[in-house]
Amino acid sequence: MSTNPSPVECKNESSVSEQGLALVKYVILGILFGITFVKAEIISWFRIQEMFHFQSFHMYGVIGSAVAVGLISMQLIKRFHIKTLSGEEVRITPKKYNKGTVIGSIFFGFGWAITGACPGPIYAQIGAGFLVSLITLLGAIGGTFVYGVLKDKLPH
Amino acid sequence: MNWIYAPWPWYIAGPLIGLTVPALYLAGNKSFGISSTLRHLCAACIPTKVPFFQYDWKKESWNLLFVAGITVGAFIAATWLRLPNEEIQLNPALKQNLSAHYGITHFTTLLPVEVFGYQHLGELRTWIFSLFGGFLVGFGTRYAGGCTSGHAITGLSTLQWPSLVATITFMIAGIFASWFIVPFLLSIKI
Repeated sequence: MSTNPSPVECKNESSVSEQGLALVKYVILGILFGITFVKAEIISWFRIQEMFHFQSFHMYGVIGSAVAVGLISMQLIKRFHIKTLSGEEVRITPKKYNKGTVIGSIFFGFGWAITGACPGPIYAQIGAGFLVSLITLLGAIGGTFVYGVLKDKLPH
Repeated sequence: MNWIYAPWPWYIAGPLIGLTVPALYLAGNKSFGISSTLRHLCAACIPTKVPFFQYDWKKESWNLLFVAGITVGAFIAATWLRLPNEEIQLNPALKQNLSAHYGITHFTTLLPVEVFGYQHLGELRTWIFSLFGGFLVGFGTRYAGGCTSGHAITGLSTLQWPSLVATITFMIAGIFASWFIVPFLLSIKI
């Protein structure tokens, strides 16, 4: 299962295997995240069009401040060697560059503008009661599958 | 308690989202990224011999639980933490454009019901925006190796230049599509 030469290898960075109750923390983090998505209207198709038309600062503020806070926290973790809950060193997976980084991002940008959702908001739209977003999710799973099938034929 | 019902400003939401990056690393060395769940769903649900989906997706179950949490959180917020029929505070120019040219006149739901309402499942337009749009999201994010969470937020937070390239590219592509492709698709009246 680890013989896959994919440039976008799936990774589980922790060497500690977690099961059962240890996984509840991810559900809780997800719930907080989902609430934020809806409350700040990040899952709104309208807000995405506003962003791409430079008609509102809202989404730029969200993404910009998220990166700023993420960057500062990760620097603090590095500086003070803060360990994970199970006492491991924090390991950051390097993102590898290939042609797909650009070509894939073009497809994704188109899809983001059309659906008004990147992958996270698709799940949140479904939870918020927009059942048509289930079709968006099916499309996204289909797109991922087609990529998996064509991977070796696509330029990377 | 008024603040909980009112929409949250960017300077509350952005930092909360940013904190997800260290929270997931500290919780168990997990790299925050959501598009990977689409791959895990393929690996888990589609019987296939395609090598890209031959891996132990159960080891990544935290990721699927995280998005299950997102779905539940969104349900909680939409059901109990939002005033019904409250109009979204959008730029008037956008509203004017959508209502004058594309018949989108309801601004009380987060998505336009005229495009994403289940009542419109008989229209080609609804399927293009959901199924075809979703296809581009799934295909593109996997080809690019990440989406807004994996590249823009995690990648930039950890100073990775491929993520900067990805973020600039999908922002430009999104701007292009929003100006030139979305208006064309919205004008489809079948």
